[in-house]
Amino acid sequence: MTRKRPEPMQVVKQRRDAALNALVSGVPYIRFLNITFDRRGDELTGVLNFDDKLIGNPFLPAIHGGVTAAFLEVTAVITLSWAHLFERIESGDLAPEDILRDESIRFPKTIDFTIDYLRSGLPRDAYARAYISRAGRRYASVRVEAWQDHHDKLYAQGSGHFLMPQDPSPER
Amino acid sequence: MTDKAKLARQFIQAIPHAKALGLDLTHIAEGEAVITMPYNADLVGDPRTGVIHGGAVSAMMDTCCGAAVMSHPAAPGGTATIDLRIDYMRAATPGQAITTRATCYHITRNVAFVRAVATDDDTDRPVATAAGSFTVEGR
Repeated sequence: MTRKRPEPMQVVKQRRDAALNALVSGVPYIRFLNITFDRRGDELTGVLNFDDKLIGNPFLPAIHGGVTAAFLEVTAVITLSWAHLFERIESGDLAPEDILRDESIRFPKTIDFTIDYLRSGLPRDAYARAYISRAGRRYASVRVEAWQDHHDKLYAQGSGHFLMPQDPSPER
Repeated sequence: MTDKAKLARQFIQAIPHAKALGLDLTHIAEGEAVITMPYNADLVGDPRTGVIHGGAVSAMMDTCCGAAVMSHPAAPGGTATIDLRIDYMRAATPGQAITTRATCYHITRNVAFVRAVATDDDTDRPVATAAGSFTVEGR
């Protein structure tokens, strides 16, 4: 009895990065806000790359509250989709290029989302991480936190509920 | 148009992100604001359906709620969001503009309470609703 040899590191990295890239870069609104994701294993960190068009109050200046809301929601949806698809990506059942092409791949839909604004968003990059409190067959509950200079000084936090894609006959 | 409404309108038009979203403030007075966001392919959440991303709807609703607070007769000046909850009823129809109507229904010295509804061309079926609390800032 011999254990299967672990895959070479580059193969694993390439597969995961290609899948994450397909999930993120195919969405116009994520490109519009210029949100990117850092990946360490299966852990994702959303990065809101600062740009002047994200400003809400030009006198302070501060990041628009709606941008912060969108950043937290995007981080929640991508983290949830990533967790939902991860096993299929790892097993080779789902090819990265099919993630946005395959009509049967659906994303979780936001049911509701609540944002607490804790500090004003400074005109610089922001980071967010989502924690899946529960992912059931139909509903998921996700909590998100966002920070800028110090991770322990959150500038916003959010929580939301999501309707999971229904297999095997996806709704249209 | 009252001075305060004029000021609020100028303020909204000076917001870089409101400009990026193409927001158009069509009504603002007495604690009520209406903002329209035209359909824009850059704001799509799923390229296969062409449906606008919920985040863009959130950004519009947040702006509209803030405008409603600023236009309230008892609001002395600016405002910032304390908390905002958005409920998504359905996907907005691709190709159609989304319009939000926000009402500041109660205001104290420190806090303003706001509700908002977003619809597309089918105004009987809301796309999303929002409820939030906002700060009341001095001049």
